[in-house]
Amino acid sequence: MTVILSQLGEFEVPVGPAEGLWVEPAEATAMSGWELRPEGLCRGDVCVPVPPGKAETLTADGKINLAAFWDHMGMPIAHSADGDVWALGEGAENRTAELRSLEAPDFTQPDLAGVQHSLSDHRGKKILLATWASW
Amino acid sequence: MWQKLYDELKDQNFIIIAVAMDSEADAARPWIEVAAPDYPALIDRDHRVAELYNMVNVPQAVWIDETGTIVRPAENAGAYEGFRAMDLETWTMPDDELATTINAQATYIAAVGDWVRLGAESGHLFDADQARARTATASNESAQAHCHFHLGQYLLRHGRETEAHEHLAEASRLHPTSWSIWRQAAEKNETGLAASAEFWDRVKALGDDHYYPPVELAGMPK
Repeated sequence: MTVILSQLGEFEVPVGPAEGLWVEPAEATAMSGWELRPEGLCRGDVCVPVPPGKAETLTADGKINLAAFWDHMGMPIAHSADGDVWALGEGAENRTAELRSLEAPDFTQPDLAGVQHSLSDHRGKKILLATWASW
Repeated sequence: MWQKLYDELKDQNFIIIAVAMDSEADAARPWIEVAAPDYPALIDRDHRVAELYNMVNVPQAVWIDETGTIVRPAENAGAYEGFRAMDLETWTMPDDELATTINAQATYIAAVGDWVRLGAESGHLFDADQARARTATASNESAQAHCHFHLGQYLLRHGRETEAHEHLAEASRLHPTSWSIWRQAAEKNETGLAASAEFWDRVKALGDDHYYPPVELAGMPK
C-alpha cells in the first residue's frame, strides 16, 4: 500500500513502493482533483499538456505517474525514504492567487470530540478565525 | 482569551473559530477544557490552516465578513513581544512591558468588538486593495516546507520518528520565518512550552526584527 497525503485528504492506493507514483486516472482525480483528459492533466479550466518528449514518464499502460506530473507542474511534493508515503502540496502561485481573491479559503478540521467543522458552515456570520497553540 | 468577547457579541451574528496548531489533540485539550469555549475549538494537527492563510506564528487571526470575504488578512492577533524583555532567571517581565502586553491585547479585542458591532462602518477594516497589499504570499520554499511538514507529521503519528524529524527539519529550513513549524517540532519543557535555550537563541537572533509584528491598529505598540 502507498499512502498519499493531498489537499483533499489521506488516501491509500494498492501499489507497492516504486519509482514514481503510478495510479489509475480515476484514483488520481479522486486524490488530487486533477483529471486526465485528451488535452492533458486538468483541474477546472486549467490544463497541463503532456509534452511529447515526456509522455512515457507521465503516462503508461493507462496509468498516470502523479509524482512526475507534480514535478512537471512545479508543485511541491515530498516522499518517505521507502516511497510508501507521498505528500502532494498546492503550488505557491495558486495559493497566493487564492488568498488575493480575498475569498476566505475553506477548511474542515475536528474539535476535541472528533466532530468536523468547516469554515463555510458559518457563512452569513462575521468570523474571527483565530489560531493559537499549546507550545 | 476569547470567551468573554464572544459572550458579549454572540447575538450579533458573529462566531469565533479557534484553531490550535497542535500535532496532538491531547496537548491542546487541557487549555480548551479550562477555557470551555462555546464556539468551535478545532485541532489542526498538520497546520493546514497556517498553510492556507500563510500564517507563521500564533496567535494570528483573520477577519472574515458575512460574505466569506477577508477584510483583515492574517495578522498578529494583538500579541506584544514583551516576553523578550523577560529575566530568564526569575521569569519576570518589567512592569512597563507587562502593561504594554496587556494593553495591546485589550486594544485588539476592542477592535474586533468594534468591527462586529459596526460592520463596514468600523474604522478598522481594509478595503480590497489594502487587504490584498497586506496578504502574506506563499513562496515555492514555503509551499514545499508545508509539504515536508505534512509528511513529517504523518510519519510522527506512525512511529517513524527519526524520518519524521528529517522532514520537519527540512520544513523549518525551507521556511525559516515560520515559528509555528519550528516550535511544533522543537523540544518542549515540562509545561509543554518550546522554550529551550535554542528558542531563546532564535529570538535573540531576530535582533531588531519582530517576533510578533506590530498590528496595524490605532493604539497598538510599535
